[in-house]
Amino acid sequence: MIELYVLLGLMIAGAVIAIEVKNLLSAVITVGIIGLALSIIFILLKAPDVALTQIVVEIVAVIMLIRATLNREIAQKSCGSRPFGAFMGILFLGLAVIAAIVTFSSGLAPFGEPLMTVSRFYPLNAVTGTGAVNVVSSIILDYRAYDTLGEATVLFTAVIGVMTVMRSVGKKKEEDLQENNE
Amino acid sequence: MNAHLPYILCIILFCIGVYAIISKRNIIKIILGVVIAEYAVNLFLILVAYKVGGRSAIFSETQVILPESMVDPLPHALVLTSIVIGLATTAFLIALAIRLYGKYGTFDITRMRELRG
Amino acid sequence: MSKEHDPGMSVIVKTVTRLTVGLILLYGIYIILHGHLTPGGGFAGGVIVALAFINLDLAFGGSISASIFSKTSTSVVEALGAIMLLSLGLIGLRYGGFLENFLHSDGNPGQLVSAGIIPLENIAISLKVGAGLFGIFLILIAIQKFESEKK
Repeated sequence: MIELYVLLGLMIAGAVIAIEVKNLLSAVITVGIIGLALSIIFILLKAPDVALTQIVVEIVAVIMLIRATLNREIAQKSCGSRPFGAFMGILFLGLAVIAAIVTFSSGLAPFGEPLMTVSRFYPLNAVTGTGAVNVVSSIILDYRAYDTLGEATVLFTAVIGVMTVMRSVGKKKEEDLQENNE
Repeated sequence: MNAHLPYILCIILFCIGVYAIISKRNIIKIILGVVIAEYAVNLFLILVAYKVGGRSAIFSETQVILPESMVDPLPHALVLTSIVIGLATTAFLIALAIRLYGKYGTFDITRMRELRG
Repeated sequence: MSKEHDPGMSVIVKTVTRLTVGLILLYGIYIILHGHLTPGGGFAGGVIVALAFINLDLAFGGSISASIFSKTSTSVVEALGAIMLLSLGLIGLRYGGFLENFLHSDGNPGQLVSAGIIPLENIAISLKVGAGLFGIFLILIAIQKFESEKK
Protein backbone atom coordinates (compact mmCIF):
# COMPACT_ATOMS: atom_id res chain seq x y z
CA MET A 1 0.00 0.00 0.00
CA ILE A 2 2.87 2.42 -0.68
CA GLU A 3 0.75 4.41 -3.13
CA LEU A 4 -1.76 5.13 -0.35
CA TYR A 5 0.98 6.75 1.73
CA VAL A 6 2.30 8.69 -1.26
CA LEU A 7 -1.16 10.08 -2.01
CA LEU A 8 -1.80 10.89 1.66
CA GLY A 9 1.51 12.76 1.77
CA LEU A 10 0.49 14.63 -1.39
CA MET A 11 -2.80 15.58 0.25
CA ILE A 12 -1.09 16.87 3.40
CA ALA A 13 1.47 18.87 1.38
CA GLY A 14 -1.32 20.24 -0.79
CA ALA A 15 -3.31 21.23 2.29
CA VAL A 16 -0.36 23.12 3.76
CA ILE A 17 0.22 24.90 0.44
CA ALA A 18 -3.47 25.73 0.07
CA ILE A 19 -3.58 27.24 3.54
CA GLU A 20 -0.36 29.24 3.33
CA VAL A 21 -0.14 30.45 -0.28
CA LYS A 22 -0.81 34.16 -0.88
CA ASN A 23 -2.76 33.96 -4.12
CA LEU A 24 -6.33 32.83 -3.48
CA LEU A 25 -6.78 31.38 -6.96
CA SER A 26 -3.75 29.11 -6.40
CA ALA A 27 -5.24 28.03 -3.06
CA VAL A 28 -8.55 27.07 -4.65
CA ILE A 29 -6.85 25.10 -7.43
CA THR A 30 -4.67 23.31 -4.86
CA VAL A 31 -7.81 22.25 -3.00
CA GLY A 32 -9.03 20.85 -6.31
CA ILE A 33 -5.84 18.78 -6.56
CA ILE A 34 -6.41 17.50 -3.00
CA GLY A 35 -9.90 16.39 -3.99
CA LEU A 36 -8.65 14.54 -7.06
CA ALA A 37 -5.99 12.74 -4.97
CA LEU A 38 -8.78 11.85 -2.54
CA SER A 39 -10.81 10.26 -5.31
CA ILE A 40 -7.79 8.17 -6.40
CA ILE A 41 -7.41 7.02 -2.78
CA PHE A 42 -11.08 5.99 -2.81
CA ILE A 43 -10.44 3.83 -5.88
CA LEU A 44 -7.41 2.22 -4.15
CA LEU A 45 -9.57 1.48 -1.10
CA LYS A 46 -12.16 -0.32 -3.30
CA ALA A 47 -14.87 2.33 -3.07
CA PRO A 48 -15.74 3.11 -6.72
CA ASP A 49 -19.14 4.63 -5.91
CA VAL A 50 -17.60 7.16 -3.55
CA ALA A 51 -14.74 7.90 -5.96
CA LEU A 52 -17.14 8.72 -8.80
CA THR A 53 -19.24 10.97 -6.60
CA GLN A 54 -16.16 12.67 -5.13
CA ILE A 55 -14.62 13.53 -8.51
CA VAL A 56 -17.78 15.17 -9.91
CA VAL A 57 -18.59 16.99 -6.66
CA GLU A 58 -15.01 18.27 -6.53
CA ILE A 59 -15.33 19.73 -10.04
CA VAL A 60 -18.59 21.50 -9.14
CA ALA A 61 -17.13 22.89 -5.91
CA VAL A 62 -14.03 24.28 -7.63
CA ILE A 63 -16.13 25.83 -10.41
CA MET A 64 -18.36 27.51 -7.83
CA LEU A 65 -15.43 28.82 -5.80
CA ILE A 66 -13.63 30.23 -8.85
CA ARG A 67 -16.63 31.69 -10.66
CA ALA A 68 -18.49 33.06 -7.69
CA THR A 69 -15.78 34.53 -5.49
CA LEU A 70 -12.51 34.97 -7.32
CA ASN A 71 -13.46 36.95 -10.39
CA ARG A 72 -12.20 40.33 -9.26
CA GLU A 73 -8.81 41.64 -8.28
CA ILE A 74 -9.25 40.29 -4.76
CA ALA A 75 -7.55 37.08 -5.86
CA GLN A 76 -4.25 38.84 -5.34
CA LYS A 77 -5.18 40.49 -2.07
CA SER A 78 -3.78 38.59 0.87
CA CYS A 79 -4.83 38.84 4.47
CA GLY A 80 -2.39 37.57 7.06
CA SER A 81 -3.22 35.19 9.84
CA ARG A 82 -3.90 36.05 13.44
CA PRO A 83 -0.66 35.34 15.31
CA PHE A 84 -2.17 34.44 18.66
CA GLY A 85 -4.75 32.19 17.05
CA ALA A 86 -2.06 30.54 14.94
CA PHE A 87 0.13 29.81 17.98
CA MET A 88 -2.72 28.39 20.05
CA GLY A 89 -3.96 26.45 17.04
CA ILE A 90 -0.62 24.73 16.49
CA LEU A 91 -0.28 23.99 20.21
CA PHE A 92 -3.68 22.43 20.72
CA LEU A 93 -3.84 20.64 17.38
CA GLY A 94 -0.47 19.06 18.14
CA LEU A 95 -1.91 17.86 21.44
CA ALA A 96 -4.93 16.55 19.53
CA VAL A 97 -2.71 14.55 17.18
CA ILE A 98 -0.82 13.02 20.14
CA ALA A 99 -4.10 12.15 21.84
CA ALA A 100 -5.33 10.58 18.60
CA ILE A 101 -2.18 8.44 18.34
CA VAL A 102 -2.60 7.21 21.93
CA THR A 103 -6.31 6.51 21.43
CA PHE A 104 -5.87 4.69 18.13
CA SER A 105 -3.14 2.39 19.42
CA SER A 106 -5.35 1.24 22.27
CA GLY A 107 -8.88 1.31 20.91
CA LEU A 108 -9.13 1.07 17.13
CA ALA A 109 -8.83 -2.07 15.04
CA PRO A 110 -5.67 -2.10 12.85
CA PHE A 111 -5.84 -0.74 9.33
CA GLY A 112 -7.18 -3.30 6.88
CA GLU A 113 -9.10 -5.43 9.39
CA PRO A 114 -12.60 -3.98 9.88
CA LEU A 115 -14.77 -5.46 12.60
CA MET A 116 -17.92 -5.73 10.42
CA THR A 117 -20.11 -6.96 13.24
CA VAL A 118 -23.21 -5.16 12.01
CA SER A 119 -22.47 -4.62 8.36
CA ARG A 120 -21.74 -8.27 7.64
CA PHE A 121 -25.50 -8.51 7.18
CA TYR A 122 -25.55 -6.33 4.07
CA PRO A 123 -23.35 -8.29 1.58
CA LEU A 124 -24.91 -11.57 2.68
CA ASN A 125 -28.52 -10.47 2.18
CA ALA A 126 -28.46 -7.62 -0.34
CA VAL A 127 -29.14 -9.59 -3.52
CA THR A 128 -31.89 -11.80 -2.14
CA GLY A 129 -33.44 -9.01 -0.10
CA THR A 130 -33.50 -6.15 -2.60
CA GLY A 131 -32.48 -7.57 -5.98
CA ALA A 132 -29.75 -4.96 -6.46
CA VAL A 133 -26.30 -6.23 -7.43
CA ASN A 134 -24.57 -3.10 -6.13
CA VAL A 135 -24.57 -3.49 -2.35
CA VAL A 136 -23.90 0.21 -1.68
CA SER A 137 -26.89 1.18 -3.80
CA SER A 138 -29.08 -1.31 -1.97
CA ILE A 139 -28.00 0.19 1.37
CA ILE A 140 -28.56 3.86 0.51
CA LEU A 141 -31.90 3.29 -1.22
CA ASP A 142 -33.43 0.36 0.62
CA TYR A 143 -32.01 -0.52 4.03
CA ARG A 144 -31.11 3.03 4.99
CA ALA A 145 -33.45 5.01 2.74
CA TYR A 146 -34.23 7.43 5.55
CA ASP A 147 -30.64 8.68 5.23
CA THR A 148 -31.31 9.54 1.62
CA LEU A 149 -34.53 11.29 2.57
CA GLY A 150 -32.64 13.36 5.14
CA GLU A 151 -29.94 14.16 2.58
CA ALA A 152 -32.61 15.38 0.16
CA THR A 153 -34.01 17.57 2.93
CA VAL A 154 -30.60 19.07 3.67
CA LEU A 155 -30.00 19.81 -0.01
CA PHE A 156 -33.43 21.43 -0.28
CA THR A 157 -32.67 23.56 2.78
CA ALA A 158 -29.33 24.60 1.28
CA VAL A 159 -30.98 25.67 -1.97
CA ILE A 160 -33.56 27.70 -0.06
CA GLY A 161 -30.80 29.21 2.07
CA VAL A 162 -28.72 30.25 -0.94
CA MET A 163 -31.81 31.73 -2.60
CA THR A 164 -32.70 33.67 0.54
CA VAL A 165 -29.18 34.98 1.13
CA MET A 166 -28.71 36.05 -2.46
CA ARG A 167 -32.14 37.53 -3.02
CA SER A 168 -31.85 40.72 -0.96
CA VAL A 169 -29.36 42.25 -3.40
CA GLY A 170 -32.05 42.43 -6.07
CA LYS A 171 -34.42 44.11 -3.62
CA LYS A 172 -31.82 46.68 -2.66
CA LYS A 173 -31.28 47.49 -6.32
CA GLU A 174 -34.99 48.22 -6.78
CA GLU A 175 -34.98 50.38 -3.65
CA ASP A 176 -31.98 52.31 -4.90
CA LEU A 177 -33.72 52.87 -8.21
CA GLN A 178 -36.80 54.16 -6.45
CA GLU A 179 -34.72 56.49 -4.30
CA ASN A 180 -32.96 57.78 -7.38
CA ASN A 181 -36.27 58.37 -9.08
CA GLU A 182 -37.60 60.24 -6.10
CA MET B 1 1.87 2.24 15.63
CA ASN B 2 2.54 1.22 12.06
CA ALA B 3 -0.87 -0.43 11.80
CA HIS B 4 -2.55 2.90 12.41
CA LEU B 5 -0.36 5.13 10.22
CA PRO B 6 -3.06 5.96 7.61
CA TYR B 7 -5.44 7.00 10.40
CA ILE B 8 -2.80 9.28 11.90
CA LEU B 9 -2.03 10.95 8.56
CA CYS B 10 -5.76 11.46 8.13
CA ILE B 11 -6.00 13.14 11.56
CA ILE B 12 -3.09 15.41 10.63
CA LEU B 13 -5.00 16.45 7.48
CA PHE B 14 -8.06 17.18 9.61
CA CYS B 15 -5.96 19.29 11.99
CA ILE B 16 -4.59 21.32 9.07
CA GLY B 17 -8.16 22.13 8.06
CA VAL B 18 -9.10 23.12 11.63
CA TYR B 19 -5.94 25.24 11.86
CA ALA B 20 -7.05 27.18 8.79
CA ILE B 21 -10.48 27.75 10.32
CA ILE B 22 -9.22 29.11 13.63
CA SER B 23 -6.19 31.11 12.52
CA LYS B 24 -6.88 32.63 9.10
CA ARG B 25 -8.49 36.00 8.56
CA ASN B 26 -9.49 35.61 4.93
CA ILE B 27 -12.96 34.11 4.65
CA ILE B 28 -12.10 32.17 1.48
CA LYS B 29 -9.25 30.49 3.37
CA ILE B 30 -11.72 29.58 6.11
CA ILE B 31 -14.03 27.98 3.54
CA LEU B 32 -11.08 26.03 2.15
CA GLY B 33 -10.28 24.85 5.68
CA VAL B 34 -13.83 23.59 6.10
CA VAL B 35 -13.55 21.73 2.78
CA ILE B 36 -10.22 20.12 3.76
CA ALA B 37 -11.54 19.00 7.16
CA GLU B 38 -14.56 17.51 5.43
CA TYR B 39 -12.34 15.55 3.02
CA ALA B 40 -10.38 14.20 5.99
CA VAL B 41 -13.52 12.97 7.75
CA ASN B 42 -14.78 11.24 4.60
CA LEU B 43 -11.38 9.66 4.08
CA PHE B 44 -11.30 8.42 7.67
CA LEU B 45 -14.60 6.57 7.28
CA ILE B 46 -13.46 4.93 4.05
CA LEU B 47 -10.14 3.94 5.65
CA VAL B 48 -12.03 2.25 8.48
CA ALA B 49 -14.01 0.25 5.94
CA TYR B 50 -11.00 -1.13 4.04
CA LYS B 51 -10.14 -4.81 4.25
CA VAL B 52 -6.78 -6.13 3.04
CA GLY B 53 -7.34 -8.09 -0.17
CA GLY B 54 -11.00 -7.11 -0.21
CA ARG B 55 -13.16 -6.53 -3.28
CA SER B 56 -15.60 -3.77 -4.17
CA ALA B 57 -19.09 -4.32 -2.81
CA ILE B 58 -20.60 -5.24 -6.18
CA PHE B 59 -21.70 -8.71 -7.23
CA SER B 60 -21.25 -9.97 -10.79
CA GLU B 61 -23.29 -12.19 -13.04
CA THR B 62 -20.37 -13.85 -14.76
CA GLN B 63 -18.09 -14.69 -11.84
CA VAL B 64 -18.65 -15.91 -8.33
CA ILE B 65 -17.82 -13.33 -5.66
CA LEU B 66 -17.98 -14.36 -2.03
CA PRO B 67 -19.72 -11.88 0.29
CA GLU B 68 -17.02 -12.50 2.90
CA SER B 69 -14.32 -11.09 0.58
CA MET B 70 -15.98 -7.68 0.27
CA VAL B 71 -14.96 -4.48 2.00
CA ASP B 72 -17.39 -2.97 4.49
CA PRO B 73 -20.16 -1.33 2.40
CA LEU B 74 -21.92 0.59 5.18
CA PRO B 75 -19.38 3.49 5.53
CA HIS B 76 -19.40 3.81 1.73
CA ALA B 77 -23.14 4.50 1.83
CA LEU B 78 -22.75 7.02 4.66
CA VAL B 79 -19.90 8.86 2.93
CA LEU B 80 -21.83 8.97 -0.35
CA THR B 81 -24.56 10.92 1.42
CA SER B 82 -22.02 13.05 3.29
CA ILE B 83 -20.21 14.21 0.13
CA VAL B 84 -23.34 15.72 -1.43
CA ILE B 85 -24.27 17.40 1.87
CA GLY B 86 -20.73 18.81 1.99
CA LEU B 87 -21.19 20.34 -1.44
CA ALA B 88 -24.49 21.91 -0.36
CA THR B 89 -22.93 23.45 2.76
CA THR B 90 -19.95 24.69 0.73
CA ALA B 91 -22.34 26.42 -1.67
CA PHE B 92 -24.13 28.04 1.26
CA LEU B 93 -20.81 29.24 2.71
CA ILE B 94 -19.87 30.72 -0.67
CA ALA B 95 -23.21 32.55 -0.80
CA LEU B 96 -22.59 33.99 2.67
CA ALA B 97 -19.08 35.05 1.67
CA ILE B 98 -20.37 36.84 -1.42
CA ARG B 99 -22.98 38.67 0.62
CA LEU B 100 -20.38 39.69 3.21
CA TYR B 101 -18.14 40.98 0.44
CA GLY B 102 -21.05 42.92 -1.03
CA LYS B 103 -21.80 44.49 2.36
CA TYR B 104 -18.30 45.25 3.66
CA GLY B 105 -16.15 45.21 0.52
CA THR B 106 -13.54 42.90 2.04
CA PHE B 107 -12.91 39.26 2.81
CA ASP B 108 -11.00 40.03 6.02
CA ILE B 109 -13.09 39.00 9.01
CA THR B 110 -11.27 41.26 11.51
CA ARG B 111 -11.89 44.34 9.35
CA MET B 112 -15.55 43.31 9.07
CA ARG B 113 -15.77 43.54 12.84
CA GLU B 114 -14.25 47.03 12.81
CA LEU B 115 -16.58 48.26 10.10
CA ARG B 116 -19.74 47.20 11.90
CA GLY B 117 -22.25 49.76 13.11
CA MET C 1 -25.27 38.06 -32.95
CA SER C 2 -22.46 40.48 -33.51
CA LYS C 3 -18.98 39.52 -32.47
CA GLU C 4 -18.62 42.29 -29.92
CA HIS C 5 -21.65 41.25 -27.89
CA ASP C 6 -21.00 37.53 -28.22
CA PRO C 7 -20.84 36.31 -24.62
CA GLY C 8 -18.95 33.30 -23.40
CA MET C 9 -15.58 31.86 -24.19
CA SER C 10 -13.57 31.45 -27.39
CA VAL C 11 -14.56 29.55 -30.53
CA ILE C 12 -12.43 26.54 -29.60
CA VAL C 13 -14.18 26.12 -26.27
CA LYS C 14 -17.60 26.54 -27.87
CA THR C 15 -16.91 23.95 -30.58
CA VAL C 16 -15.56 21.38 -28.14
CA THR C 17 -18.50 22.00 -25.82
CA ARG C 18 -20.94 21.52 -28.69
CA LEU C 19 -19.33 18.18 -29.47
CA THR C 20 -18.99 16.83 -25.94
CA VAL C 21 -21.99 18.10 -24.00
CA GLY C 22 -24.28 15.43 -25.44
CA LEU C 23 -21.83 12.73 -24.45
CA ILE C 24 -21.62 14.11 -20.91
CA LEU C 25 -25.41 14.12 -20.68
CA LEU C 26 -25.61 10.57 -22.02
CA TYR C 27 -22.98 9.39 -19.53
CA GLY C 28 -24.91 10.97 -16.68
CA ILE C 29 -28.13 9.25 -17.73
CA TYR C 30 -26.27 5.94 -18.03
CA ILE C 31 -24.85 6.35 -14.52
CA ILE C 32 -28.33 7.09 -13.17
CA LEU C 33 -30.10 4.20 -14.85
CA HIS C 34 -27.41 1.62 -14.00
CA GLY C 35 -27.07 2.76 -10.40
CA HIS C 36 -28.15 -0.60 -9.02
CA LEU C 37 -25.73 -2.55 -11.23
CA THR C 38 -22.52 -0.53 -11.50
CA PRO C 39 -20.79 2.16 -9.42
CA GLY C 40 -22.63 5.43 -9.43
CA GLY C 41 -26.28 6.09 -8.80
CA GLY C 42 -28.52 9.04 -8.30
CA PHE C 43 -26.01 11.32 -6.58
CA ALA C 44 -23.15 11.02 -9.08
CA GLY C 45 -25.42 10.87 -12.13
CA GLY C 46 -27.39 13.90 -11.04
CA VAL C 47 -24.23 15.92 -10.52
CA ILE C 48 -22.91 14.84 -13.96
CA VAL C 49 -26.17 15.97 -15.62
CA ALA C 50 -25.90 19.28 -13.77
CA LEU C 51 -22.27 19.54 -14.96
CA ALA C 52 -23.41 19.22 -18.59
CA PHE C 53 -25.64 22.28 -18.16
CA ILE C 54 -22.95 24.13 -16.19
CA ASN C 55 -20.59 23.41 -19.09
CA LEU C 56 -23.09 24.97 -21.51
CA ASP C 57 -23.55 27.94 -19.21
CA LEU C 58 -19.82 28.60 -18.87
CA ALA C 59 -19.01 28.17 -22.56
CA PHE C 60 -21.91 30.12 -24.06
CA GLY C 61 -22.28 32.81 -21.44
CA GLY C 62 -25.58 31.75 -19.98
CA SER C 63 -27.80 32.55 -22.94
CA ILE C 64 -28.45 28.95 -23.98
CA SER C 65 -28.80 27.27 -20.61
CA ALA C 66 -30.91 30.16 -19.34
CA SER C 67 -33.29 29.60 -22.22
CA ILE C 68 -33.51 25.88 -21.34
CA PHE C 69 -33.58 26.19 -17.57
CA SER C 70 -34.62 29.28 -15.72
CA LYS C 71 -34.46 29.47 -11.94
CA THR C 72 -38.17 28.72 -11.70
CA SER C 73 -37.97 25.61 -13.82
CA THR C 74 -35.03 24.23 -11.82
CA SER C 75 -37.14 24.70 -8.69
CA VAL C 76 -40.02 22.88 -10.37
CA VAL C 77 -37.79 19.96 -11.41
CA GLU C 78 -36.28 19.74 -7.93
CA ALA C 79 -39.70 19.70 -6.31
CA LEU C 80 -40.76 17.04 -8.82
CA GLY C 81 -37.88 14.83 -7.68
CA ALA C 82 -38.82 15.32 -4.02
CA ILE C 83 -42.47 14.52 -4.71
CA MET C 84 -41.49 11.40 -6.67
CA LEU C 85 -39.30 10.14 -3.80
CA LEU C 86 -41.97 10.83 -1.19
CA SER C 87 -44.77 9.25 -3.23
CA LEU C 88 -42.66 6.13 -3.75
CA GLY C 89 -42.25 6.01 0.02
CA LEU C 90 -45.96 6.51 0.58
CA ILE C 91 -46.89 3.71 -1.83
CA GLY C 92 -44.62 1.51 0.26
CA LEU C 93 -46.87 2.13 3.29
CA ARG C 94 -49.45 -0.22 1.75
CA TYR C 95 -46.86 -3.03 1.63
CA GLY C 96 -45.47 -2.77 5.13
CA GLY C 97 -43.69 0.49 5.80
CA PHE C 98 -42.49 3.85 4.59
CA LEU C 99 -39.98 3.48 1.71
CA GLU C 100 -40.60 -0.28 1.60
CA ASN C 101 -39.14 -1.92 -1.51
CA PHE C 102 -42.40 -3.46 -2.77
CA LEU C 103 -41.23 -4.74 -6.17
CA HIS C 104 -37.95 -6.40 -5.23
CA SER C 105 -38.93 -9.89 -6.38
CA ASP C 106 -39.58 -8.79 -9.96
CA GLY C 107 -36.79 -9.30 -12.46
CA ASN C 108 -33.50 -11.15 -12.13
CA PRO C 109 -30.63 -9.56 -10.18
CA GLY C 110 -28.08 -8.18 -12.61
CA GLN C 111 -30.60 -7.16 -15.27
CA LEU C 112 -31.52 -3.55 -15.94
CA VAL C 113 -35.12 -4.08 -14.83
CA SER C 114 -34.62 -5.45 -11.35
CA ALA C 115 -34.22 -4.33 -7.75
CA GLY C 116 -37.75 -3.01 -7.41
CA ILE C 117 -38.03 0.69 -6.70
CA ILE C 118 -34.28 1.34 -6.43
CA PRO C 119 -33.91 2.56 -10.08
CA LEU C 120 -36.99 4.75 -9.65
CA GLU C 121 -35.56 6.23 -6.46
CA ASN C 122 -32.29 6.79 -8.31
CA ILE C 123 -34.13 8.81 -10.96
CA ALA C 124 -35.93 10.86 -8.29
CA ILE C 125 -32.70 11.61 -6.42
CA SER C 126 -30.87 12.51 -9.62
CA LEU C 127 -33.61 15.01 -10.52
CA LYS C 128 -33.39 16.49 -7.05
CA VAL C 129 -29.59 16.69 -6.81
CA GLY C 130 -29.02 17.83 -10.39
CA ALA C 131 -31.70 20.51 -10.38
CA GLY C 132 -30.71 21.69 -6.91
CA LEU C 133 -27.04 22.09 -7.74
CA PHE C 134 -27.76 23.73 -11.08
CA GLY C 135 -30.14 26.11 -9.33
CA ILE C 136 -27.45 27.03 -6.79
CA PHE C 137 -24.99 27.57 -9.63
CA LEU C 138 -27.42 29.80 -11.54
CA ILE C 139 -28.10 31.92 -8.45
CA LEU C 140 -24.41 32.37 -7.63
CA ILE C 141 -23.49 33.22 -11.22
CA ALA C 142 -26.48 35.52 -11.74
CA ILE C 143 -25.52 37.58 -8.72
CA GLN C 144 -22.00 37.92 -10.08
CA LYS C 145 -23.32 39.15 -13.43
CA PHE C 146 -25.47 41.69 -11.62
CA GLU C 147 -22.51 43.02 -9.67
CA SER C 148 -20.37 43.34 -12.77
CA GLU C 149 -23.18 45.20 -14.53
CA LYS C 150 -23.42 47.60 -11.60
CA LYS C 151 -19.78 48.66 -12.03
